[in-house]
Amino acid sequence: MLEIKNIDVLYGDVQVIWGVSFEVKAKEIVAMIGANGAGKSTILRTISGILRPKMGEILFEGKPIYKIDPFKLTELGIAHVPEARRLFVEMTVEENLDMGSLRGEARVRREKTKAMVFELLPRLRERRRQLAGTLSGGEQQMLAVGRGLMSLPKLQMFDEPSLGLAPLLVREVFHTIRKINGEGTTVLIVEQNVKQTLLVADRGYVLETGKITQQGTGQALLGDEHVKTAYLGV
Amino acid sequence: MAAQVELFLQTLISGFLLGGLYALIGLGMALIMGVMRIINLAHGDLMMVAMYVAYWLFTLFHIDPYLSVFVATPLLFFLGVGLQKFLINPVMKVESILPHNQVILTVGIGMILANLATVFFTSNYRSTPVSYASKAWYLTDFWKNAPIELSLSAPWSLSFLAAVIITVALWFFLTKTDTGKSIRATAQDIDAALLMGVNVGVMRAVTFGIGAALVGGAGCLFIPIYYLYPSLGKQFTNVGFVITVLGGMGSTEGAIIGGVILGIFESMTATYLGMGWAPVGRFLIFVAALVFLPGGVASILRKQRLGK
Repeated sequence: MLEIKNIDVLYGDVQVIWGVSFEVKAKEIVAMIGANGAGKSTILRTISGILRPKMGEILFEGKPIYKIDPFKLTELGIAHVPEARRLFVEMTVEENLDMGSLRGEARVRREKTKAMVFELLPRLRERRRQLAGTLSGGEQQMLAVGRGLMSLPKLQMFDEPSLGLAPLLVREVFHTIRKINGEGTTVLIVEQNVKQTLLVADRGYVLETGKITQQGTGQALLGDEHVKTAYLGV
Repeated sequence: MAAQVELFLQTLISGFLLGGLYALIGLGMALIMGVMRIINLAHGDLMMVAMYVAYWLFTLFHIDPYLSVFVATPLLFFLGVGLQKFLINPVMKVESILPHNQVILTVGIGMILANLATVFFTSNYRSTPVSYASKAWYLTDFWKNAPIELSLSAPWSLSFLAAVIITVALWFFLTKTDTGKSIRATAQDIDAALLMGVNVGVMRAVTFGIGAALVGGAGCLFIPIYYLYPSLGKQFTNVGFVITVLGGMGSTEGAIIGGVILGIFESMTATYLGMGWAPVGRFLIFVAALVFLPGGVASILRKQRLGK
């Protein structure tokens, strides 16, 4: 579904991503793990078109998307749940959800999708008229997930969904991601919380200083010696 | 004593009416500030353009200034969109030593508008002598034995009312339509808005257009109670700037409250210190806001709502 072919990404003159290639197949949960600063968020931001690759290609359903205006990507079926949630804090929960469904088919089916999101994340229904900034951390993450779902994505990308959450909430977030995947959405997760992520992922990639150093199934990576010592502290 | 109370209340009323109109000027500037992160220093000059539109419609075709709102606001909207698209946007893309080239550009746009108006319309003072210019309602008309006398000027009240209507319409637009929500979202987080599929470039142009339309509307409401000359813009740019700072950079609610505060404060200084002191009052409030309330009225509102 999503193919990244040999991309280089630079911030100004500083290269942060070096020839990264990977793919996400339909219905999969793919994890990209790595330490802080390895370039994980950069890759997601490049897929979303906020950054542009200097070299290489990004294909979505076989078509190149790395030259398209970033605001057109939601319509193609890519939702990006950004790092630190990036909600519109001075808008209500419901308005945030509306923002997730501005274009095309998603706009037409807004109310239906909203009902579905409220079904999946009932806390959001209770707080629909509240300002997003007044929600707790866990609720904010749920809202970010729900806002992504509003665009009826084929592929939903999560940037550090467990960031700043209590362990119990982290489990809830991953449980929700699994549920979303069960309903047919392909998922790409970028995480520092390696254990939880690899537990839910079908396949994973390890990113170190801008290069992919390892790949394999979630289980295989969890058992890998290098991953164990470097990321799991075992 | 009664005379003192009467003077105070009368000043308060006219300050409040003036504040409503100021709020409309400030709203446009705050919207632009919120979405584009620049202070539009051509704001008052755009208002001047709208006032000339209203003036000529009145002089040539006897169209009431309040009706020219319907002509001037769309006209100013397109002028604003055009200025943003063809002048400001290209400059925003250029990386330069001065980070706020766009702000300097708006100063230039303002100068050109003011000077073009001088070239075409001369620097004569003009006004629209409407038939109801001196009509007013008095408290004693309604309450025979009132201990004090207060008056309410008809054109001032009408202008205030129209400003309130425009403000309410703007509120509906910003909270109930997707375009309005997208504008607010862009002001809060540009990257997140982009990820939601908001065409940020179009939103910038639309916002500049709306900001210009709002101040254009304000111009039409001002001309029945004010006079017009080409360089009047600077004064109202100042007003808008002070309101934007007082309200909290980019906050629309803050701009409304800031506008009313400024209107009342100016009215008070004019009454108790003399007409010439009104600008001093304006800058006093500006400095006070920067020193004591750097986040503006919006920071108080935010604290109440978000608890931080």
